[in-house]
Amino acid sequence: MGQGRHAMSMTTVHILVNGERKTVTVDPSTPLLWVLREDLKLTGTKYGCGIGACGACTVHLDGVGTRSCLVPVSLVGDRKIVTIEGMARDPIGRVVQNAWVDNDVVQCGYCQSGQIMSVVALLKSNRKPTDANIEESMGGNLCRCGTYVRIREAIKSAAEKLA
Amino acid sequence: MNRRTFFRMSAAATGGFLIAMYFDFPMSAQEAAPPKIYPPDAFVHIMPNGEIVIMVNRVEVGQGTSTALPMILAEELDADWSRVIAEIAPAADVYKDPVVGMQMLGGSISIANSYQQYRELGARTRAMLIAAAADRWHVTPERCRTANSIVYGPTIQKAVYAELAEDAARRPIPEKVRLKAPSEFRLIGKPTRRLDGRAKSNGSQKFSIDLDYPGMKVALLARPPVFFGRVRSFDDAEARKVLGVVDIFEIPLAKGKGSAVAVVADRFWAAKQARDRLNIDWDLSGVDHADTSELRSRFNELARTTGKIALNRGDAKAMDTLGTDHRIVAEYEFPYLAHAPMEPLNITLRNDGDRAEAWTTSQVPDTQRQAMAEVLGIPTDRVTYHVGFAGGAFGRRGTLDEHLEREVAAVAKRMRGIPIKLIWTREDDVPGGYYRPMVAHRVEVGVGDDGMPSAWRHVVVGQGIVLGTPFEAFYAKDGIEALLIEGTSDTRYAIPNFQVSVHHPTVNVPVLSWRSVGYSHNTFVVETLIDELALRANADPMAYRLKLLDANAKRQRAVLTLLNEKSGWRNDLPRDHACGIALSEYHETASACAADVSIEDGRPRIHRVTVAVACGLAVNPMTIENQFQGGLAFGVTQLMAKGAITLKDGRVDQRNFDGYTPPYIKDAPVAVDVHIVPSAEPPTAIGECPVPLIAPAVVNALARLTGKRYRSLPLVTV
Amino acid sequence: MLALLLVVLTVAHDSGPLPAFGKVTLASPRSDGLAAWKKVYAVMVSPRCLNCHTATTYPQQGDDRHRHVANVIRGPEDKGVVALNCSTCHQSTNADSTGVPGAHNWHLAPLSMRWQSVNDRPLSSAEVCHSVLRLLDGPHLLKHHEEEPLVLWAFNPGRRPDGTMRTLPPLTHAEFVEATRQWVKAGTPCP
Repeated sequence: MGQGRHAMSMTTVHILVNGERKTVTVDPSTPLLWVLREDLKLTGTKYGCGIGACGACTVHLDGVGTRSCLVPVSLVGDRKIVTIEGMARDPIGRVVQNAWVDNDVVQCGYCQSGQIMSVVALLKSNRKPTDANIEESMGGNLCRCGTYVRIREAIKSAAEKLA
Repeated sequence: MNRRTFFRMSAAATGGFLIAMYFDFPMSAQEAAPPKIYPPDAFVHIMPNGEIVIMVNRVEVGQGTSTALPMILAEELDADWSRVIAEIAPAADVYKDPVVGMQMLGGSISIANSYQQYRELGARTRAMLIAAAADRWHVTPERCRTANSIVYGPTIQKAVYAELAEDAARRPIPEKVRLKAPSEFRLIGKPTRRLDGRAKSNGSQKFSIDLDYPGMKVALLARPPVFFGRVRSFDDAEARKVLGVVDIFEIPLAKGKGSAVAVVADRFWAAKQARDRLNIDWDLSGVDHADTSELRSRFNELARTTGKIALNRGDAKAMDTLGTDHRIVAEYEFPYLAHAPMEPLNITLRNDGDRAEAWTTSQVPDTQRQAMAEVLGIPTDRVTYHVGFAGGAFGRRGTLDEHLEREVAAVAKRMRGIPIKLIWTREDDVPGGYYRPMVAHRVEVGVGDDGMPSAWRHVVVGQGIVLGTPFEAFYAKDGIEALLIEGTSDTRYAIPNFQVSVHHPTVNVPVLSWRSVGYSHNTFVVETLIDELALRANADPMAYRLKLLDANAKRQRAVLTLLNEKSGWRNDLPRDHACGIALSEYHETASACAADVSIEDGRPRIHRVTVAVACGLAVNPMTIENQFQGGLAFGVTQLMAKGAITLKDGRVDQRNFDGYTPPYIKDAPVAVDVHIVPSAEPPTAIGECPVPLIAPAVVNALARLTGKRYRSLPLVTV
Repeated sequence: MLALLLVVLTVAHDSGPLPAFGKVTLASPRSDGLAAWKKVYAVMVSPRCLNCHTATTYPQQGDDRHRHVANVIRGPEDKGVVALNCSTCHQSTNADSTGVPGAHNWHLAPLSMRWQSVNDRPLSSAEVCHSVLRLLDGPHLLKHHEEEPLVLWAFNPGRRPDGTMRTLPPLTHAEFVEATRQWVKAGTPCP
């Protein structure tokens, strides 16, 4: 079954993560998620499902919210990768993180890196998201603790701060 | 393990440097019963920089006890809350639950059982700090007072806790201490943000899956396609060609539960690719191939016969004297449900031969640590078992056969000296068993001329969760498991003739407690059926419930009254909306909700939920609000179109979130307001309480919109 | 094999008469064109094309054309919505190691190019034919079929997450282009 897809060699890949050039020697078929977590020790990006159905692994590639569990590192190219660890230096990221703390959003917290990365992607292109915008853009981020009510509130309070 | 090493390990686990206040406190026997007077040195570390580390005696899975327990201790300690840090305690006797007698997270017992313990710990620590200061100033302790981590003397004397800690550590632990009166509380009862809110918002919070030790390898298991199947043989030639593979071998699963092939590799991706390339011949002989359609007919048939009588009140034959027009017969079906916490199961273990060190997020560390030691063949006290922050649990990390610990121990036994991180992928988790049991209910209700139920005959069919485990003594009697009928058997509705009986069929699917356990289905049955009776009697659903409640059901009455007051919106709903009500108990806590529901795209749309809860003293009202908001959403799992685990010929049909889909943001209630009945009684359960409420409330609303009764979950069509 | 597939698809999706195999008739340009269109249509309503030429507010997936996972929606520009757009998962090429299909500018066909009815059934051959001609003339359609990356993708759809190959449309790309050419040459007749 599907043996042709298994890369059997290691390749050196250059990627740009949170403003820093990184060189890793990996199987190029490895999803970006695992390169971030295991090779670069950026464990804020989480593994939840591996099929793009939960959003816990969301990072930004050139500003686009991206499920890193699905993108082989070989396809990243020269796009700028930003992870949750890079959000503290992002003006919108900082506001969103503070809104998360102020609104006491988190419970177990495991999905929240991905939630925040999706919110920042949303607010970067839409400073005044409606309820419908929030529900659609956040529609693919699962939270098993069910923090959705507070996620909605925190997004609105972040948007107000950014207005 | 002596206390000194224990603290060293504890410090290493956080990567920080802790000064134990009572470093030389004589060590009580590790495996003894929990002490009556808890040594503060095991719980409070006052750092030279003024930070106060408070050990939390159970895992943090999102429920918020790692904020609430420190609040309770810090209250009596008069600690500067802004400098308080919570740390999760490792497995050790001193951290056993003071009531249950084992270390555990479950049954929403944390605050209820540790409230007094943490208050006393705080008060004792404070008394010892005061004693140290009084000695230094040559004054009597009574003349000193404390605030914000500072002891003040009678005149201008003043000393911060950090400078007194070492002296205080040498003082005897006072047996009796005065606890604050509620009017003196400044932390308890105040809505307080979580201590881990920042770390969980910037990616810095480490979960056990994030741990990284030098030389660590990742292990994945190829598990049998039918539960408890065994490996007959396997071909790993292709798998071993994947770069980074270290070893591939067969391991036994939990005791008598078949075997699996373990793949150990440098990295996750290599392990996964190698696992995909294994060619395994499974021996599935002698294991039952469970099949949902067969189980449904078997369960429904059983439900039509009286089972083992669990409860008999009044006249069991009262029903038979009623005419058919005074009887309702209702049959219900509930599927297997996976917990699917966001952080997949994982555990790290380094086996050094004569001792071992493990890092995980267990709900029951005692038994899991023992199991690990048993597999490794070393004494339990040679296993250091660190417990950390978990990405959700909902019961899944409280396995009673310790399968995860036994699996990793079997791998580490062979990979001596190498830290092994065993990960269950989502495709291991969803079809991996340990589900909320599949359940069938059949209820016959006799309705009096006044529209109130006069007789109730209830049969519940479902696998036992604790039967045959060490927990049987707690939760089962005469082969009847309380966990299967809770929510029905303890109902506070006063029904004069009331019978509950139980069938526990054997099915080859491992089951486990799922947040709110028996209430997840029993409350659904009782609350939808009561609602049906209210409609039939043309009565207001709240008034009907109040009328039916036992006169002594104070908390139930209180929440319904408060809910009625806070849900005025019920009388002002848009035409295509309806309100559904539900009332639930969980242990001593009562809660009720009103849900504003419409139908969009053939699915229930939950616009708003108002909740009232009576849980005794509310230690952290913000956590309670959070737990109810989140717990209602978790309860929506039961209503999802793809909210079921099903089996065909022994194989689970669902593999990941595409097949078993928990609620996303649009499925969950849009807004939830939570109202707490004020109380000074000791705090009671919270975490499980919201879960059983939402499904019956929503379905009761849907029944008003469509005229249909929904008695089978998941809710595939509306 | 190919003929068989075509017959199956024809039975399923077209109310017109079956091609009379084994019966020799003189081909008129119109009947040649209709025969060619039948082939073109068979590809257009294959899951590889239909899943993104939907009438729904969301894309579809798989040979059973189920709703796309994770609440992905069409969005105002047929590319999803910000933070949950097509490129949140789909890259410019297939990602075979994770089973995610990809091609340049992955997106849904606009609703004007839907090849399915609102109740999720493929439109009839005649309906699709007339729809196509309302949007593109023959040469433009030929160009679309020859060059559009997403059309090319359908003939090289990559592997599923389980490692198996995705089902291909009933013709090869070359056959598809040739059939389109024949149809255009015959004056784009519609059934």
